[in-house]
Amino acid sequence: MIEGIIVDGLIFSILALGVFISFRILDFPDLTVDGSFATGAAIVAICIINGLGIFIGIVLAFIGGAIAGVVTATIHNKLKVPNLLSGILVMTMLYSINIRILGGRANIALLRVDTIFTKVITLGGSIPREYALLLFMIIFVMVIKVLIDLFFRTDLGITMGALGNNEQMITTNGVNPETMKVIGLGLSNGLVALSGALLGQYQGFADAKLGQGMIVEGLAAVMLGEFLLRSNKIFYITLRVVLGAILYKGLMFFGRYYGYYINMTPSDLKMITSILVIVSLVIAKSQDSAGQRRKEQK
Amino acid sequence: MITLESISKVFHPGTVNENLAMDNVSLKVNPGDFITIVGSNGAGKTTLFNLISGSLFPSTGKVSIHDKDMTRIPEYRRAKFIGRIFQDPTLGTAANMSLEDNMVICSKKGFKGIKMSLNASKRKFFQEELKPLEMGLENRLKDNVGLLSGGQRQALTLLMTVLSRPDLLLLDEHTAALDPRNAQIVLDLTQQFITDYNLTAMMITHNMKHAIDYGNRLLMMDKGHIILDVSGEEKKRLTVDALVKKFHEIKKEEYATDEDLLVT
Ligand SMILES: Nc1ncnc2c1ncn2[C@@H]1O[C@H](COP(=O)(O)OP(=O)(O)OP(=O)(O)O)[C@@H](O)[C@H]1O
Ligand SMILES: [Mg+2]
Repeated sequence: MIEGIIVDGLIFSILALGVFISFRILDFPDLTVDGSFATGAAIVAICIINGLGIFIGIVLAFIGGAIAGVVTATIHNKLKVPNLLSGILVMTMLYSINIRILGGRANIALLRVDTIFTKVITLGGSIPREYALLLFMIIFVMVIKVLIDLFFRTDLGITMGALGNNEQMITTNGVNPETMKVIGLGLSNGLVALSGALLGQYQGFADAKLGQGMIVEGLAAVMLGEFLLRSNKIFYITLRVVLGAILYKGLMFFGRYYGYYINMTPSDLKMITSILVIVSLVIAKSQDSAGQRRKEQK
Repeated sequence: MITLESISKVFHPGTVNENLAMDNVSLKVNPGDFITIVGSNGAGKTTLFNLISGSLFPSTGKVSIHDKDMTRIPEYRRAKFIGRIFQDPTLGTAANMSLEDNMVICSKKGFKGIKMSLNASKRKFFQEELKPLEMGLENRLKDNVGLLSGGQRQALTLLMTVLSRPDLLLLDEHTAALDPRNAQIVLDLTQQFITDYNLTAMMITHNMKHAIDYGNRLLMMDKGHIILDVSGEEKKRLTVDALVKKFHEIKKEEYATDEDLLVT
């Protein structure tokens, strides 16, 4: 059971990493996520069903998500549409597009076809299936995390890191903030779609509305992570996003299974998630102003 | 090397808030100039910098850098030539990033690629550059910039800005938010960098004494005009009293002509 929660959390952590990039690095509250998550699942499902292969499906899912992010950034940059609205517009477009990708259907089942997870289980041989999946997901997320860490150690990554903090500084140093947003949102939504592609295969179906509410869940994971670890090093920053995602899935699991003691139903979880985000915001804010006061007293 | 030709800037044209913030200003900045700029609040000093740096485009007129027309070139592309420091120390650095990361962003102007330039020798170079500040920052490369004091941050910003040896340094009251001691430190550093690296600079200040003590040329602005432009020996002979008197004289003259206009 605990393995299942962790696998769930690890799949979800890739989305959380994407949300972390848009919200924290770029300071761009990007709602594209609710659409691009399902886009990833839809692309990979259609690729698998049409025999294009799992690997190509996953790569195309990433690219599809990245394109969605690039469109959001471009609408914001070129048409001067506020960032929230740009995301909402693309998210809404993606509902239609996802159904088109799924061949006019709202969902598609991945039954009796190979997915990345059935492959892993076969490959695992005598290893119990939940451990095989767990091991695979740990390695998979590790690779993604290390790649992201490396990216944010490059000059480009460092510069992007300053964008959400101080856009003027980026401009003063000869970098176009618009380009940074295109690259950042592309990367972010690519990861989100990748997460969707994995979840679709894990659940065995892709749904055009798979992403509903995912943005808030991702945000909750990012914020939970921030309570776990304090650091300005990218290694710990991405690590805490992953841990936050697993913790979030754990909390949701307990909510779902033990919530009935306090008369809570699974449909209440979305509300709980939002409250979690609000509480995190309030705590972060009070810590912030406490820190400010400490600094001023010095 | 930087020339403004008949620059005007109108804010909110065609509305009740219409405001002519820059009125047909021409200016030639010569290589090696260190220009101090004074003028009352709202005179248009910051607007002048915004027009030079490209964060604002003029309503009419032409801006050229190195004889190339830059009038419509966006700020980030002009940044290759221009280093700019603001009054607010937080605008020059990213607070929640380390010192070394901040310095990477500034050490080369323009788009940055997927390469990792931050290595041991780069860190060594940053430390060497930080030493002359005499603030102990060379031992704090991994600290977040947000932990530094305002004075330290502004000194760091100054250092980072000159790291790329800009052709023109724009300083907009960059010591105004600091206490007198730190203001003096940053001002001394400014002078030192300008001399050492042979920089061309423009410095806005509300401190008449600073305007006189520093630089080889002084501009006074009022209501979107440059009403005084002195350099060389004449600038050297300026005193605070003379400058204040000059300011009032010009104001009065303007007044007188206005009265003349009313009479006729
Ligand atoms: N972005 C803007 N939009 C509208 N009006 C502006 C803008 N920037 C400046 N102004 C106006 O232009 C005029 C000149 O402002 P500016 O900031 O250049 O003055 P300043 O000389 O820098 O003054 P201070 O010494 O107070 O900094 C003012 O009337 C100001 O209200
Ligand atoms: Mg000003």
